[in-house]
Amino acid sequence: MGDMTIRPEDVPVVVEELTETDVLANTPKAGGERDLRITDSTLRDGSHAMSHQFTEEQVRGVVHALDSAGVQVIEVSHGDGLGGSSFNYGFSKVEEMKLISAAVQEATQAKIAILMLPGLGTLHDLKNAHAAGASVARIATHCTEADVSIQHFGAARALGMETVGFLMLSHKASPEKLAEQARIMVDAGAQCVYVVDSAGALVLSDAQERIISVINEIGGEAQVGFHGHQNLSLGIANSVLAYQAGALQIDGALCALGAGAGNSPTEVLAATFARMGIRTGVDLGEVLSAAEDVVRPFIPRLPWMDRASITQGYAGVYSSFLLHAERAAARYDVPAHEILTKVGEYGYVGGQEDMIIDIALQLAEEKSHLIELGDLAGMGVR
Amino acid sequence: MPTTPRTKGTAAIVGPGNIGTDLMFKLMRRSDVLDPRWMIGVDPASDGLRRAKSLGLEASAEGVDWLLAQDELPDIVFECTSAKAHAANAPRYAEAGILAVDLTPAAVGPYLCPPVNLDFNLDAMNVNMITCGGQATTPMVKAVSSVVPVPYAEIVASISSKSAGPGTRANIDEFTETTSEALQVVGGAERGKAIIILNPVEPPLMMRNSVFCAIPAEAAEPGPLQDAILASIHAMVAEVQDYVPGYHLRADPQFDPARETWKGMARVFVPIEVKGRGDYLPDYAGNLDIITAAAARVGDIMVAHRLGVASTWKSSAQLGDVPDPLVDAGVDAQKAGV
Repeated sequence: MGDMTIRPEDVPVVVEELTETDVLANTPKAGGERDLRITDSTLRDGSHAMSHQFTEEQVRGVVHALDSAGVQVIEVSHGDGLGGSSFNYGFSKVEEMKLISAAVQEATQAKIAILMLPGLGTLHDLKNAHAAGASVARIATHCTEADVSIQHFGAARALGMETVGFLMLSHKASPEKLAEQARIMVDAGAQCVYVVDSAGALVLSDAQERIISVINEIGGEAQVGFHGHQNLSLGIANSVLAYQAGALQIDGALCALGAGAGNSPTEVLAATFARMGIRTGVDLGEVLSAAEDVVRPFIPRLPWMDRASITQGYAGVYSSFLLHAERAAARYDVPAHEILTKVGEYGYVGGQEDMIIDIALQLAEEKSHLIELGDLAGMGVR
Repeated sequence: MPTTPRTKGTAAIVGPGNIGTDLMFKLMRRSDVLDPRWMIGVDPASDGLRRAKSLGLEASAEGVDWLLAQDELPDIVFECTSAKAHAANAPRYAEAGILAVDLTPAAVGPYLCPPVNLDFNLDAMNVNMITCGGQATTPMVKAVSSVVPVPYAEIVASISSKSAGPGTRANIDEFTETTSEALQVVGGAERGKAIIILNPVEPPLMMRNSVFCAIPAEAAEPGPLQDAILASIHAMVAEVQDYVPGYHLRADPQFDPARETWKGMARVFVPIEVKGRGDYLPDYAGNLDIITAAAARVGDIMVAHRLGVASTWKSSAQLGDVPDPLVDAGVDAQKAGV
């Protein structure tokens, strides 16, 4: 290596400062030809980060802004999908059907999507959402349990809804296994299957290999999508790799508002794809404004890569466990990241939020044993 | 000429899958009142039929038609098929005067959980065993609701993927809806909500059930009311353990004061683990064990009641935990369906 010192003469010369008008004049506008479709999940995955406290006014504001920016699909549901309002996952402040109806009223071109997890939500919930005007049914299962969704894909298609399958915690299944599970969903009526990196644990080629494998299996009949999380900061990079491998639907959330360290930020997806000359049909100026002016002001806490959420990515833990682990940590006086590490060890899957209390109780008991024994070193006191 | 009063009843098991087979072993080991005589299926190549035959049962692949055409009819039939099949068979059993214990989600008869409402349904001709999650959780909801009002009860049942058969998978809504309703009807909650999670991790996890009951604010604070709830929970756990030895509290019930984000509700959280007894199925299949154990228990007591004899059910304590030579621990429960 030569001399790497940066000298004053190395500073780049800025000829002319760009004005915002110049930038906007050179960014893509809403609509037109598209190379891929962005689905925004601020009002679904973001529900986790909001502890399910979205108001109708916030939903209307976000839908209006995304719709104006040309985002084609906007997902609105409790973070855990239809019927998620509960002790286990957190109660919705506003009943989700009311939020879905408001979103449908507000959208002019965008379709409103819902998420449902069979075993939690039922066909009854799906029919209510359809009656409220939702037109895309996203049906999620753990990545090895696709066969619990067969009934629901059939029902969604019978209702005339567009269908999307969601294989959650995709890092836990091999590319081959994932392809086999995607096949089950497509045979049941899914028109697109997503590789869902619920834990933000897929590292670059891990994501791309899974996309390729799923496309090889179902590419002739259905699209493939990618849903990323930022726990290891790879949401955008994985999304680009997914697109390059052939994925045609990509999820994002404004300001990354989502579980764990959040989702791939929709505004960053739009900017990155625009820089690559990949058409998303999203107006960059509008979507930046949606993030900055509409969502940012109401977020209580920006999703961030802190010790707990990085642990989730590293240990492969379902992202929405984060706030639950923090609450249990506070209630039982044990560290949140230790809870999450155990969740990873035990292999708990999406929906098992109740096990967080179980682990917190175990950790608290271990700690009290150490105190009884006077084992300060064991307690981490050095 | 006076006949000797009968002290034993005859039983037929319809559906020779893993559930039916496990039930057969339970009846053979645990009940002196019930004599499992027939195993009925529809597939001549069924392993379950072959196994039943080798153990001395009369096995037929000609279905319920064959069973009902016999000169001697069973006192009780255990339906281990599907909701659709039981809906068709139920009127025929009733017409023949045969007591039916339904392990499918058909719910022709009342929901039944032995320690909660068996006493009120002793004379019913058809009873339904709810779901595995219902058997595990309704006793806890009942334990709480018999002390304080429970405006809302919610349960999360986590079962190993291996123990969820194709029946469960194809009709997962039946589980959530049936269990939710049973939390109200049997558990005594005003509203119920049930969630089921399948976990594929290896080695397979034990069945877990988390029970959340909304309770009055004062019951969430330490005091006599809370003590009464705890005593009621512990007493009910002991009753269930009488027929499901692997049923236990994973930790002490946790009381939490009312929170605004819980719609102003206070709650008690009861974590339950169910380790299977391994009568036939592996121990991670506690979800299957609890429903076959409940069904066998119900059959034993109801037939004893009809014959006017005492139930001779052998509790786990009496049997001890000695492995039975009949146990085939390596069996894969994948084909079972509860």
